[in-house]
Amino acid sequence: MTDYTATVTVRLKRGVLDPEAETTKRALERLGFELDALRSTDRYELDLAAESEDEAAERAGEMAERLLANPTIHDYEVAVERAEA
Amino acid sequence: MTVAVVRFGGSNCDRDSVQALSHLGIDAELVWHEDGLPEDIEGVMLPGGFSYGDYLRAGAMAARSPIMQEVREVAAEGVPVLGVCNGAQIGCESSLTPGAFTTNRSARFQCEHVHLRVENADTPWTAAYDEGQVVEFPIAHGEGRFEIDDDRLEALEADDRILFKYCDESGAVHDGANPNGSKHNVAGITGEDDTVAVMMPHPERVSLPDIGAVEGQGVLRGFAEA
Repeated sequence: MTDYTATVTVRLKRGVLDPEAETTKRALERLGFELDALRSTDRYELDLAAESEDEAAERAGEMAERLLANPTIHDYEVAVERAEA
Repeated sequence: MTVAVVRFGGSNCDRDSVQALSHLGIDAELVWHEDGLPEDIEGVMLPGGFSYGDYLRAGAMAARSPIMQEVREVAAEGVPVLGVCNGAQIGCESSLTPGAFTTNRSARFQCEHVHLRVENADTPWTAAYDEGQVVEFPIAHGEGRFEIDDDRLEALEADDRILFKYCDESGAVHDGANPNGSKHNVAGITGEDDTVAVMMPHPERVSLPDIGAVEGQGVLRGFAEA
């Protein structure tokens, strides 16, 4: 078994309204910043031991499917790397 | 006829719901989620509140608690299930009903009275009303915007699974009468069977004469109708 860190990034699907991101963008503009768009994501870092990188990714993907993301409104991606000792 | 009103940590409309149901002569009891559903239960109400502090997404945690597996099982057997507000969010998160209730377009918590148009009066929950009738219910939510992909929304419309839409006083459905940005102004829908329903507005808050309005009674009477 090897220790891995799986990073699950959950974001709203394209086209789904993100009122919090809109509000944040407006606040940045009030501060004088110029920007065209702002998207927010949720990022979860999971430390887990697995036989392989693929197994770690598969398990993290299942966690995203079952809880971390809501497939109705979210897309997600999983990235796995060896945990730092 | 006994309806289990399921209480999670953070539920806050549970007692109101029991009181409103009892007033209508529908036997109702509070059930702590860890205790599981009582035997021979004849209805399940998922009340409003902030279960698990709305962590992750409103309703996400409660939807994955063991009692919801039991709720899905009895729902499949035809036992009526009604989710209101946080209960509606739990219903969608647990796949009892399609879609999701997410952050209001305003990004704010909204507590106000809204008008609803009855879209389908041929369900247990709306049998007391006429199709097209306008009722006034309160809403109190920060995550009540109904989201679903366009194909499934069209299917809900085609299958008459929309119970209520947000409308103006005259019954016209338009964006100006949409408090939270819900797609097609949807305020409540049924599951695959119309014995399962979820809605963001609160019928139990307009069901006691002492409160001043009783327009919500018809929804709660669905437990006796289903």
